[in-house]
Amino acid sequence: MEKRKPIITRILENDKGGKIVLSVLFIIVLYVCLANLFIPQESAFYISTYTVTLLGKYLAFALLALALDLVWGYLGILSLGHGAFFSLGAYCMGMYLMRQIGDRGVYGNAELPDFMVFMNIKELPWFWYGFDSFFITAFLIALVPALLAFVFGYLAFRSRVTGVYLSIITQALTYALMLAFFRNDMGFGGNNGLTDFKDILGFNLQNDTTRVSLLMISFFALFMGYIICKFIINSKLGRVCIAIRDAESRVRFIGYKVEQYKLFIFIVSAILAGIAGALYVPQVGIINPGVFSPLFSIELVIWVAIGGRGTLYGAIIGAFIVNYASTYFTSALPEVWLYALGGLFVVSTLYLPKGVVGIIAKLSSLKKQNQINNNTQKAANVTA
Amino acid sequence: MKQAMKINMKINIKTKITQIILLNLLFLSSLFASDFKDDIKPLTSKSYKVKTEVINTLVEKHFENEKLSSLLKSMLNNELFYTKKDKTFVTLVKKDGKNYHTVNLLTSEKLEIMNKRMFKKVKTNNKLRSIIRSKLAQLNLFSQDENIRLESAKNIFKNINKGSLELINKALLNEKSEEVKEVLIKSKTILHAKFGTYEDQLNAVKNLADALSPQALQTLKEISSNAQQEELKVLALQSIEEIESSKSFYAFIEKIFFGLSLGSVLLLAAIGLAITFGVMKVINMAHGEMIMIGAYTTYTLQQILPNMIEYSIIIAIPLAFLVSAMVGVIIERLVIRHLYGRPLETLLATFGISLILQQIVRTIYSPLNQEVKTPQWMSGALEINDALSFTYNRLYIVIFSFIVFIGILLVLKKTSLGLKVRAVTQNRQMAQAMGIKTGLIDAMTFGIGSGIAGIAGVALSQLTNVGPNLGQAYIVDSFMVVVFGGVGNLWGTLIAAISLGELNKFIEPVAGAVLAKVLILVFIILFIQKRPRGLFPQKGRDAQD
Repeated sequence: MEKRKPIITRILENDKGGKIVLSVLFIIVLYVCLANLFIPQESAFYISTYTVTLLGKYLAFALLALALDLVWGYLGILSLGHGAFFSLGAYCMGMYLMRQIGDRGVYGNAELPDFMVFMNIKELPWFWYGFDSFFITAFLIALVPALLAFVFGYLAFRSRVTGVYLSIITQALTYALMLAFFRNDMGFGGNNGLTDFKDILGFNLQNDTTRVSLLMISFFALFMGYIICKFIINSKLGRVCIAIRDAESRVRFIGYKVEQYKLFIFIVSAILAGIAGALYVPQVGIINPGVFSPLFSIELVIWVAIGGRGTLYGAIIGAFIVNYASTYFTSALPEVWLYALGGLFVVSTLYLPKGVVGIIAKLSSLKKQNQINNNTQKAANVTA
Repeated sequence: MKQAMKINMKINIKTKITQIILLNLLFLSSLFASDFKDDIKPLTSKSYKVKTEVINTLVEKHFENEKLSSLLKSMLNNELFYTKKDKTFVTLVKKDGKNYHTVNLLTSEKLEIMNKRMFKKVKTNNKLRSIIRSKLAQLNLFSQDENIRLESAKNIFKNINKGSLELINKALLNEKSEEVKEVLIKSKTILHAKFGTYEDQLNAVKNLADALSPQALQTLKEISSNAQQEELKVLALQSIEEIESSKSFYAFIEKIFFGLSLGSVLLLAAIGLAITFGVMKVINMAHGEMIMIGAYTTYTLQQILPNMIEYSIIIAIPLAFLVSAMVGVIIERLVIRHLYGRPLETLLATFGISLILQQIVRTIYSPLNQEVKTPQWMSGALEINDALSFTYNRLYIVIFSFIVFIGILLVLKKTSLGLKVRAVTQNRQMAQAMGIKTGLIDAMTFGIGSGIAGIAGVALSQLTNVGPNLGQAYIVDSFMVVVFGGVGNLWGTLIAAISLGELNKFIEPVAGAVLAKVLILVFIILFIQKRPRGLFPQKGRDAQD
């Protein structure tokens, strides 16, 4: 009997692109970690802590893009509200970090976070209970987005809201949440959001080692997220999903309960987005209602579109490309960035229906074609 | 000699009689304001008491004389002088070194009095000045100009006091304008309620039940707490109750109006979207930016023609339509044309375009908000009564949006262009086979939708500041309206817009502005669950995607 291969190798067996992207990322992350901790600052090979944090942020975004690609690329649901799930996870983490500050805040109130003292909130609101504990928080990071996805998805899919309608409603969802979170009396810090975090699980957030660990955890989360997504896609369930994407009515007529499949994938995607948000907060150091804005959610669609929809690893590539461009432009040419972003939207939809991944695939197939042509030519020459 | 004496006496008596008659005539004429000149003489007195009395009698006797108000005005400004020699009153026009340019008050002759010592000022003190001021206001009641009379009547109503009663009665005798009369009677009723005889008071308090002004309410409250007589008290309380209930009724109407106004703004913003989204199935995320372009067109027009603010809005309407329509056609030809049948891609591409358009505006103008001026005829408010008034800009926008709605309905239903548009949207291939240039029709439809958004921008520029994010604020709302109303049905859009506007304004006072918006969004999300295709879904085969 043939020896069973480990599950991860099995999952990645036919996924050349995924293997390449993940290994490249792994090498980069490993190098950045080691270079930041062990190479002296004067050296040319030293990587600054800023870069470490930046890379961590990109990884969180990549996980978010991955989550979106799962529903958009394999289920055909263009969610313009994935920022909402991301933000909910982020806010959960932010609340935990706020509670960790304890009495080290400006007002020195051990019971209440600073902004509550400032806003004259006398008692800790009930929804802040439990965020003292990391394990409850970790649980909630997955639960809260999942719950929203469940309620929303249950209602939406049951009544067969599809296509553009669904997109617009998801956008309205995140817009409504943004308006709600901007309110000061919601008890989430209003438009200032949550910030001034001190430490996580007792480790100081400003320490290089903490930051490097967070980076490594982010990579691990992305890796696991990728494996989970791939596992779902390769399973029977994934086949049904793709069938739903391509011909929803037919799948329904065959007898599948389309709503349940959609709901399951949607919830998984929301949880992944929530985890991405939770990883984003400690590295960036602030969370405010801006991430709920429809602009952010729609921007993240473009990450996936640029990278290549429906490939998973394409989403990761897209997240890195667009965010790197964003970081570069907003510091170097802030005026140009929105033009560039707008142009990206137009160009990618018009000329890059399969994204960067599509181009690469096309180029390599061209190369192969040439090789084959050459070979046949050579063979022809030989025979001649 | 005796004879001569007699004759003399006769003559004397004759002259006496003529004198008496003459004097009488004089006296009579003085009653009719010809003796103004003599009546003002005592103003030369030094005593302020005398001056006050003089002014009081002057106002009583000569309120119809136009010179009186100019006299009082110049007195108020310390510009009234009299010559020492013959006590003619002059007003100072200009002081030019040592030269005093003055004008004779009565004859309007120009006089130049070189020497300061030749004339004297009519001095005033604070008390006198305040009396003059109130007298001046009252004098306006008798002005020839109806508007001035109305203004003055309103002023009296605002600072109501006991002394005005006589004046009001006098003014009421000759007043012809109903509007002025009404205001005067309002003041009169309040005065009666306050200071009249018991009989008067009872009547007035009863009448005040129809009043809505804060003054009336205040008076009634005073009466209800201070009055000695039980009957009066009860009456006052009844009237108060009546006022409060009619006030809340008017507040309700006002709320409906606000809802209508918000609804019509939503309608304007959504109607273009209803065409591009509903008819063409194109998700135009840049629709909000079309609105913004319209608003900026208005702003630019006002910058170019600063002297024509009054007409700029009128000119801006067709101009904004053209500019936005042009941008729309360009977008359609360059981008959207390639994406028909791929709604999600269209959504992304147009979103990119919206980002670019916003950034263009930021580069050309500035990231800051610009202020568009409101023409005179659009500012102010239409006052129905003391408790209810509609601001003109909102009123016009309500009317305007309905005109636009009817216009676009007519274009789609009655013109050959509209027929072609509907043909293309229902069956593209068939329309093409019939010889309709579908590409051209697509561009035209998109242009019309964008152009209407531009018009919406003109209207919005009168309500809010014009900035690069103007469109963003309305895009989600407009989509909600279209989705709520049902795609491809303009009537649905109308009803959805108005009902969402009303809903918003009725939730707002209870829950606050932001929460109202959130609740509405949640409501729509839930509504879509029940009716995924909106209030008025398209029926038949066409409805299937």
